[in-house]
Amino acid sequence: MSRHSKTPFYIATLMLILLGIALAVLRNQSMGVPWLPGVQQPVWLVEARIDYQAWGEPVTVSLNVPDNAPGFATLSEQAASPGYGFAITEHKGDRRAEWTIREADGPQTLYFKTRLIPADSAPSPVASTKTPVPTQIFLEEPRATAALTLIDEAGSRSSTPTSLARELIALLNSPKPDQNTQLLLSDTSKIDTLYQLLNYANTPARIAEGLVLEDARRAQTLQPYLQIFDSGTWVTFNPRTGEQGVPSNTLLWRQQSGSLLDVTGGSDSQVHFSMLRQTIPALQVVRAEADSNNLGALSLYQLPVEQQSMFRMLLLLPFGALVVCLMRIIVGIKTSGTFMPVLIAVAFVQTSLLPGIAAFISVVTLGLLMRGYLSSLNLLLVSRISTLIVLVIFITVGISVIGYQMGFATGMTVTFFPMIILAWTIERVSILWEEEGAHEVLVQGGGSLLVAVIAYLVMSSPLAEHLSFNFPELHLVVLGAILLLGQYTGYKLTELRRFSPVRKYL
Amino acid sequence: MIKHLEKVPVINKLKQRLFTDWIKPSQLKQAGILNMNKRNVDYIARYNDRSAYPLVDNKLKTKLVLKEYEVSSPKLLEVITEQHEIKGFRELVQKLDGFAIKPAKGSGGKGILVITGRDGDAFVKPSGSKVDLADIQRHLSNILAGLYSLGGSPDVAVVESLVRCEPMLANYSYQGVPDIRIVAFKGYPVMAMLRLSTQASDGKANLHQGAVGVGLDICTGEALHAVQFDRSIEHHPDTGQPLNAIKIDDWQKLLVMASRCFEATNLGYMGVDIVIDEEHGPLLLELNARPGLAIQMANGTGLLPRLRAVEALRRPHFTAEERVAWSMAHLGAASKPLSQPATEIEASEPVAVGA
Ligand SMILES: Nc1ncnc2c1ncn2[C@@H]1O[C@H](COP(=O)(O)OP(=O)(O)O)[C@@H](O)[C@H]1O
Ligand SMILES: [Mg+2]
Repeated sequence: MSRHSKTPFYIATLMLILLGIALAVLRNQSMGVPWLPGVQQPVWLVEARIDYQAWGEPVTVSLNVPDNAPGFATLSEQAASPGYGFAITEHKGDRRAEWTIREADGPQTLYFKTRLIPADSAPSPVASTKTPVPTQIFLEEPRATAALTLIDEAGSRSSTPTSLARELIALLNSPKPDQNTQLLLSDTSKIDTLYQLLNYANTPARIAEGLVLEDARRAQTLQPYLQIFDSGTWVTFNPRTGEQGVPSNTLLWRQQSGSLLDVTGGSDSQVHFSMLRQTIPALQVVRAEADSNNLGALSLYQLPVEQQSMFRMLLLLPFGALVVCLMRIIVGIKTSGTFMPVLIAVAFVQTSLLPGIAAFISVVTLGLLMRGYLSSLNLLLVSRISTLIVLVIFITVGISVIGYQMGFATGMTVTFFPMIILAWTIERVSILWEEEGAHEVLVQGGGSLLVAVIAYLVMSSPLAEHLSFNFPELHLVVLGAILLLGQYTGYKLTELRRFSPVRKYL
Repeated sequence: MIKHLEKVPVINKLKQRLFTDWIKPSQLKQAGILNMNKRNVDYIARYNDRSAYPLVDNKLKTKLVLKEYEVSSPKLLEVITEQHEIKGFRELVQKLDGFAIKPAKGSGGKGILVITGRDGDAFVKPSGSKVDLADIQRHLSNILAGLYSLGGSPDVAVVESLVRCEPMLANYSYQGVPDIRIVAFKGYPVMAMLRLSTQASDGKANLHQGAVGVGLDICTGEALHAVQFDRSIEHHPDTGQPLNAIKIDDWQKLLVMASRCFEATNLGYMGVDIVIDEEHGPLLLELNARPGLAIQMANGTGLLPRLRAVEALRRPHFTAEERVAWSMAHLGAASKPLSQPATEIEASEPVAVGA
């Protein structure tokens, strides 16, 4: 009776809605669950092919494989190599694919496939807290002097390891190299020279190898990249252009020191890469990722598949309830039985719409005919409903069997309807008929069916199914909306018609 | 071209059905029409205590409680609670001409059997058709089994004396006794209408079944407008009587009766149904904790300004007579200050208290 303030209620509801939206956005941002169903995500399929000559001895082949490559997330890895034992090992940050076989002879081919998703927020390149020690470089004269001169020259124009590296690359790449540069490059490659120079200058530097990804390329080889350690992270340079950072189409295959390929028991080994750009549903990516890093703890995909399909249906119900709220509170459609339309809609989802409507109408009509006889028996309510339930089951079985005999498999779908709800519907409609007449039956029956169809359309839409299952937190928003609807005191749409004669009195 | 012309009337008709029979929310607001959602949230939920519902949902309880508050209702003849009492019904009705049997927990006219007289062994209904004792006994048994009560719960049958409608009003109604619905808000009668049964409503005074609603001026008890199925009419569809000349006698007495029900039930927002008996004058038939909204159509005006005026009262009146005096002074059709801001009503409030 008291009129307490509604502000706390509105604030709480608003927070509920905001919380739901925030959680959903978080899920979208951090786990990459797409907002829309059927969103496709590009995936790079990169295949490393190893060829070597086996000597007829026990063989161990070990290939360095990508580990936290900046700009990419690994979706799956797989090796194709009949007869070989295969394992992925990790030793001091050096991630390797290892094939082993007791005996192999002649030319051998091994494949390593990995699927990578371009990730815009690069997983932070393993923040190495402790600064690596620069590699000891020993240079002989006159290279040592030339190196020092170059380092001095570049050093005078730079302030940080990064700028030093940039200057050195510029010097080595200059179109008119001076004597020192020429000397240094005369018997050493550019990347090795840079590696030596930087480490010589006491800046930790290493050589990484990258792959430029282009759709449908084959027999590619790795390109060297220079990485230097500056203020906590490894900074990558393209030694050929001086470009800093990893271009989005470049996959750093090997970042750790250590060889790309080791073969014991064979010779003439080679690695070639081929790649393919594919698109797969973004959801599949999310699921695979969740599986691989246990991030999916909050996701319903962790459940057994059987339970998942049950939840799928269950999580759609709030949408149906919302539809009923909207239809009754805002539109003002009369239904017989408040949530009967939602349950009918659930059945429609399983039977599909038209067969569902046909089955529903025929069961209710037959039931009404039988109920007409029941009402003359003056049974008590409980036994009347119970009788109806039994009759409804008879009718459904009858329809299914007859439909099946006549070759309509759709007749079977009638079994999806909740029998008890059907019995109650028949009871209500029949009472309505006796008391209010056929007109009211048409109004309420039509209203119920209309709401059921709308609820069905909403619940069976791919978007609703996608959102309700992948963003369970959005149900907080639905809940908030229902709570707010419960406070709606405005006119219903149907009232704008009902009260229209009032215009006369204005 | 010809085709085009042919289509026009059809299209126009459709257009009219689809587009012209509507009213803007702003217009409804202007008219102060109370709508279903607002009634439920802002009035019923706020002013009607749940605990008072059983009292009004049970006609027997209503009758007994209201007796203590000097509100009279048709004389209670018998309450039948057990199946075996039904056999003795013959002795009971031996000396009675007319009576009405109702399920205590019924609503909307369900299960009401009105007997106006005897014809030998048979009983005569208002429509003239006859039933025999066995029919009545089966009807009683159905009532006890809960056939007419909400959710089918077991019920009791109430037998009360027949209301013989005062002839002037009876003229207007087609079979069945007309009743007067008064909406009382915090004990203030705020709106009233007379309900006349019709052939369409099957002799029951239920508006949604097609009874005629005639709005009554709270100040005078005179007819304002008449509606059937929410649409305006001038004459009773069956009796052909013009409906604008009706005036209820002893109007203030009726209002005081309605107002007293507030003290008896503590329901802030309710509908009070009163019939006028030839012999005993106004009698309370039943109370309703969820009165309908059609009364506004019959009155040609909305409830909201009146409800707000009562809500705005700083010092409520304590007796039914005072409340009725205030209502008659401020809520009548002639006193039109209600479309203006509520502050004006407050300004004139002390005068009303004195009245
Ligand atoms: N004692 C009575 N005498 C004559 N008619 C009655 C009597 N009681 C009820 N009725 C008729 O039955 C109708 C419905 O009665 P009411 O008590 O209002 O029950 P309900 O809750 O079902 O509307 C009244 O409008 C009136 O026409
Ligand atoms: Mg009534």
